[in-house]
Amino acid sequence: MAADTEARPIAQMRGITIEFPGVKALDGVDLTLRGGEVHTLMGENGAGKSTLIKALTGVYPIDAGTIVVEGTPRTFRGTSDAQAAGISTVYQEVNLCTNLSVGENVMLGHEVRGPFGIDWKSTHREAERHLEGLGVRIDTRSLLAAHSIAVQQLVAISRAMVTDSRVLVLDEPTSSLDRGEVDQLFGVIRGLRDRGVAILFVTHFLDQVYEISDRLTVLRNGALVGEYPVAELPRAELIAKMIGRELDEFAAISRSADREIDRGGDPVIRATGIGRRGVLEPADVEVYDGEVVGIAGLLGSGRTELVRLLYGADRADAGRVEVRGRPARITNPRHAIDRRIAFSSEDRRAEGIVGDLTVAENIVLGIQAKRGALRKLRKAEQDAIVEEYIQALGVRPANPNALIRNLSGGNQQKVLLARWLATAPQLIILDEPTRGIDVGAKADIQRKVAELSEQGLGVVFISSELEEVVRIAQRIVVMRDRRKIGELTSHDTDVDDLVAFIAEEHDTQESPESVA
Amino acid sequence: MKKILRHRMFWPVIALLALIVLNTIARPSFISITVQNGQLYGALIDILRNSAPLMLVSLGMMIVIATRGIDLSVGAIMAVSGAVALTIIADSPSPDDLGTVLVAILVGVLVSLLLGIWNGFLVAVVGVQPIIATLVLMLAGRGVALLITGGFITTINSAPYKFMAQGYVIGLPFAFFVSIAAIVIVALIERRTALGVLTEAVGINPEASRLAGVRARGIIWGAYAASGVLAGFAGILYTSNIMAADANAAGLYIELYAILAVVLGGTSLAGGKFTVAGTVVGVFTIETLRSTILFLGVPSAVAPLFLAIVVVIVVLVQSQRLRGAVAKLAQALRPKKPEVAR
Amino acid sequence: MTSVPVTTEKAPTGVVRRFLSRRASWVPVFAAVVLLVVIFAAAQAYFGNILTPRVISALLLDNAYLFILAVGMTFVILTGGIDLSVGAVMAFTGMFGASLMRDGMPSAAVVPIMLLLGAAFGLAIGVLVQYFDVQPFIASLAAMFAARGLAFMVSLDSIKVEDGAILWLQSTRLQAGVGSWYITPTGIIALLVVLVGALVLAFTRFGRTIYAIGGSEQSARLMGLPVVRTKLLAYVVSGVCAGLAGVVFTAYTGASYPLNGIGTELDTIAAVVIGGTLLTGGSGYVVGSMIGVFVYGTIKTVISFLGADQSWTRISIGALLLMFVVVQRVIVARSNRR
Ligand SMILES: Nc1ncnc2c1ncn2[C@@H]1O[C@H](COP(=O)(O)OP(=O)(O)OP(=O)(O)O)[C@@H](O)[C@H]1O
Ligand SMILES: [Mg+2]
Repeated sequence: MAADTEARPIAQMRGITIEFPGVKALDGVDLTLRGGEVHTLMGENGAGKSTLIKALTGVYPIDAGTIVVEGTPRTFRGTSDAQAAGISTVYQEVNLCTNLSVGENVMLGHEVRGPFGIDWKSTHREAERHLEGLGVRIDTRSLLAAHSIAVQQLVAISRAMVTDSRVLVLDEPTSSLDRGEVDQLFGVIRGLRDRGVAILFVTHFLDQVYEISDRLTVLRNGALVGEYPVAELPRAELIAKMIGRELDEFAAISRSADREIDRGGDPVIRATGIGRRGVLEPADVEVYDGEVVGIAGLLGSGRTELVRLLYGADRADAGRVEVRGRPARITNPRHAIDRRIAFSSEDRRAEGIVGDLTVAENIVLGIQAKRGALRKLRKAEQDAIVEEYIQALGVRPANPNALIRNLSGGNQQKVLLARWLATAPQLIILDEPTRGIDVGAKADIQRKVAELSEQGLGVVFISSELEEVVRIAQRIVVMRDRRKIGELTSHDTDVDDLVAFIAEEHDTQESPESVA
Repeated sequence: MKKILRHRMFWPVIALLALIVLNTIARPSFISITVQNGQLYGALIDILRNSAPLMLVSLGMMIVIATRGIDLSVGAIMAVSGAVALTIIADSPSPDDLGTVLVAILVGVLVSLLLGIWNGFLVAVVGVQPIIATLVLMLAGRGVALLITGGFITTINSAPYKFMAQGYVIGLPFAFFVSIAAIVIVALIERRTALGVLTEAVGINPEASRLAGVRARGIIWGAYAASGVLAGFAGILYTSNIMAADANAAGLYIELYAILAVVLGGTSLAGGKFTVAGTVVGVFTIETLRSTILFLGVPSAVAPLFLAIVVVIVVLVQSQRLRGAVAKLAQALRPKKPEVAR
Repeated sequence: MTSVPVTTEKAPTGVVRRFLSRRASWVPVFAAVVLLVVIFAAAQAYFGNILTPRVISALLLDNAYLFILAVGMTFVILTGGIDLSVGAVMAFTGMFGASLMRDGMPSAAVVPIMLLLGAAFGLAIGVLVQYFDVQPFIASLAAMFAARGLAFMVSLDSIKVEDGAILWLQSTRLQAGVGSWYITPTGIIALLVVLVGALVLAFTRFGRTIYAIGGSEQSARLMGLPVVRTKLLAYVVSGVCAGLAGVVFTAYTGASYPLNGIGTELDTIAAVVIGGTLLTGGSGYVVGSMIGVFVYGTIKTVISFLGADQSWTRISIGALLLMFVVVQRVIVARSNRR
């Protein structure tokens, strides 16, 4: 689509202002969505992207400004109003009901009805069809809770496709998707665009921005920076506009991967044949002091399952674990913590943050749990630790008394990292620590990881972004189908090799051992 | 000023004060306090004294609620502990001996501790939903109490035992000092140690807490044990007030009043954040309400309705939504500033 | 790229696994059924005369009001709420209805009034919960006090009911033969309520929205579902059920007494939970609640067979309830472990 042929505006927001107690989340922001165009909203974590979307769809009442849809000024009272006006939305936090079936989540409110109420057979068939459109083939009668975040995200997207809408809003729909799924999604988006639907897209992956969008709106600290045709805004300039300063994304960690690791003594952790029936086939892993071990593989390949067993979050039913050469029994998180192992889960909201507590309380939770209830940290000590980590990681707002629930995703992630670093671990396991995080913060976190490992900390690093893994890890464990299929050294691996390695034996099912 | 208005204790305190003011308007003698033989008397003093059992129970309930739980068995535990203590005193040759009384109290409270531990075991280890786990004891507990008293209402004469609910120290009822002690101890344990924050963390997000290394099981277990002990003391105070152990009447409905007190004090039944001060205010509000009913001579048939109306008013006053709506209405009624033309 | 990437997640193989992946929330219901059978078998072995048509028919008759209350309560609990007012509302509507009939109003007019009164209580609770953010426990507690007070205000003494139609509900026995199975109109009403409740929850958007709200109210709202209307309606359903229970209970006792139904709210909640419904909402079935009432009723019947005194009666109820929930818990935990 040529961005400069002015397409028809479907939705227009003018001078939108929203204030939360203590923060002005949006300040006079404009946004115009045109039919047949993919419009990307860019900005750092906490810039106000999600808030703008929630303002558009009536989740938050606006304090000032106007919303015009198809020429008429509108005030939506909630998602259902917006849906009725032809705006369907996939919100950032996957908002589905895990207690219901996959099919029902897709179709809720749009079930096929027969003479005797809901016709479940047709409803599930419809759901299957919508999921198929995104290349998802799963049992629609299974419970949503049984599926990974990626599938849940795809279900949420399918749900938005059920109604024929003129505006489709996707707030970070790709944060936990693989390349293949992203391609599938983009195919669908292009199809809708060509049918004249206006699409609002949010992501922190710059590559995706340049791949799919026609136009950009950049926000910074709740204010509008500007609207640009994608073709006229090169990558470096976009980053500068987002964060308000120049940043070389990749300079931060100059190939931490090439650092030599001394694998002489006992490793920090050595797991032999660790596994659990039906979850993970026995695998070996070891991590040495100062080493970053990446774990790569597609979604559902067993990455998360592996580290959960290492940490004792789930109980392993096979294998042995040694910590610094001494046998260790790790069957619950406390055992791991007592051996100075830390673990940050991929599911930030359900397994990471304690929403109603403050940033400070969340940071010291790990230390406090370790010390036990009776040895409370003194106020001064606590303040010092909190202050130190808020500074070191650049948590924003730098207010220790803010509720963590109200922080943006990237900043929540930094707080969780702080929680674990504060316990002075010898090994830290990070499951998708950069998911949904802006370029600046991502560079911050990568830099911190590289720096800590240089100081001797052992790190296990899981990420769907293979570039990141290759850049930061010295050794990469590759997983597939709940099995470890091999190990690579990053020294002589690039992303393409890694992709090939992950995909390799997919083909062997048809033609065994036909490696080119 | 704004800060005071925003403080989460503001509205609960206002509700309590309003209740006291209304009582005083209805009958000015409500706030008068007289001195006889160096002891203070008056409706307010009665409230301080009579609120002691509810105070103890509510403090325990608050801790349990903070873990996302609920304890329906507190009334039954009160009945058991009272029955145990009174039976020991009744069976002893020297009911007026301080030692006997202390032993009786100790045993009564220890039994309550065991019952609390039992509840905690069902919830934290077996994983039964709290309301059902504690319902078991709520149903069975009074049966046990009846068994202990042999199906009768045990009455005793024991001066030291009587002193607890009815005695005075430096002009104030002894029971009030028991309340104060419980408040101070609970506040110190929860806030001077990290127990309070860890309890809140478990109540807000159990899984995240577990992964962060919090001993969730122990904390939940402890909460029920604490609730049991506090209910045990409440049972002692209750029987000391009437000098009789009545397995059917002791602590009847106290679980409802306790939950009400905790919630009026601003703690959510969904678990998490709790305030000791809020619960204290909640207890005084309910006790004031109960004495209002007596004091104004509300006919007993109407009393529950009266209680319901006041409770609704109190929760409405605390409702953010209602205050917001009222504020908006006030703004709408005010003359508008001329709008700047665009 | 030639092939279309496809995201699949392995569907569990085997009948049992597949069932568990789809219908895990039925497991506690089945556990309840199994335990019910075990209790019956044990009681039969001990007493030898429990498993008779007469005793089992009486189970439905004696607990008809509880079935109705449990259905309403299931709706509310599924949304993640609770309704403590049901026992008191049942008492109040019973008293009010009885007093109207004493004054000569025909039952055809009185029954709708009783149902409406129940609905009004439900609506009041719903409004407090939904519009004023009052916690359901507290809102329904206030309604419970209010209904109890109003019941006392109608009369402090019991009111006898002489209306033919109401008494007919109870006295008619559709019987297969002497000493054989029988059912009364009250029992039929109870079963109908269960049936309608189950169908509404399974086959209407209203029903499914209730589950969605119980799963996550915020999600339901962001999905654009009518959260406010549905939650209000759930409380109204519970209120109407309480009104209907008032009718049935009045028929059962042939009189209304203001102290009727004290503690019934807890019996109801216990029955619903025994039937496998989670108090946190979003998971459970009306059929489960029905089983729960059967379990509760059976426990009481067994105890009456024991003929124990007051103290042992209470202890046995507690003990049986305990045994039941613990065994159920173990079964559920087992099946969760895959
Ligand atoms: N409900 C709320 N209450 C108070 N503050 C809020 C609330 N929701 C968002 N905020 C604040 O508003 C600002 C904007 O948040 P928003 O979620 O819109 O950011 P975002 O651009 O979507 O970030 P991300 O990329 O992390 O998703 C942040 O400072 C956030 O802390
Ligand atoms: Mg966002």
